[in-house]
Amino acid sequence: MNVTVLVRPRDGILDPQGEAVRRSLSGLGYPAADVRAGKVFDLQVEADDAESARRIAGEIAERVLSNPLIEQYEIEVGA
Amino acid sequence: MRVGVVTYPGACDDRDAMHAVALLGAEPVRLWHADPDLGGVDAVIIPGGFSYGDYLRPGALAALSPVMRGVRAHAAAGRPVLGICNGFQVLTEAGLVPGVLRPNASLKFRCHDVALTVERESPWLPGCAPGDELSIPMKHHDGCWFADQAQLAELEAAGQVLLRYRENPNGSVGSVACVCNEAGNVAALMPHPEHAVEQLIGSTDGRILLQGLLDLAESPLAAHSSV
Repeated sequence: MNVTVLVRPRDGILDPQGEAVRRSLSGLGYPAADVRAGKVFDLQVEADDAESARRIAGEIAERVLSNPLIEQYEIEVGA
Repeated sequence: MRVGVVTYPGACDDRDAMHAVALLGAEPVRLWHADPDLGGVDAVIIPGGFSYGDYLRPGALAALSPVMRGVRAHAAAGRPVLGICNGFQVLTEAGLVPGVLRPNASLKFRCHDVALTVERESPWLPGCAPGDELSIPMKHHDGCWFADQAQLAELEAAGQVLLRYRENPNGSVGSVACVCNEAGNVAALMPHPEHAVEQLIGSTDGRILLQGLLDLAESPLAAHSSV
């Protein structure tokens, strides 16, 4: 089962990487008011159904893929 | 006195740490990341470097490695652990010291001596008084220590902030440079005490923290009234 985990900086946490990208975009003349940089993990999880795939991916996201002090995550379960 | 120094794939300061331990008269013991057995060492150093290529988050994968099972048990028994640079990142990711290390606010790799102010008396800082200044080199890209305001206030109140940067080089909240766990037997910092042990290269202030590690291994933490 394909699962995508999106990891983003938590709201309110300074994201220096996103800010550096925003400055470069402004330099090119783009009206980018804010940029936040995150990560995408595409996993293939061995699971019987979408619900258990989501549960396993959630545990992985919580324990490994994100640091809850500074990051939040979302899970999308595909086919 | 035997001091274990953990070698991870990508560690680069393990040999300097072992050299510094030997200079202070203790026996350095190399520990391997894949082996959870610490061989009965009295103290542990998690050294600097770029474990697992800093993949995912600095220290995150090292924190999951087998040796950390041994380090957790060692720490849980009240024995001392010092994390340096990448070792600080590993210990935060392992939940053994509070907070997390993020990219420097400047996004620049900073490599220079840094002035640190002693925040409080601590067995980690033998002979130091609050307000004393230490000079120890730092070299990192991801040394911006973060905790939210509530957690920072708790740590300050509990006396877990040991050193602050005199001039904040990386955006760490509260200019915090060195923190310890609640029990006081696990401490960590981004600057490198093991690179400041010989006058020839500028400073011997790093010996203070390393001596603190040896002192804590020698006598149980409960014997120290300042914690």
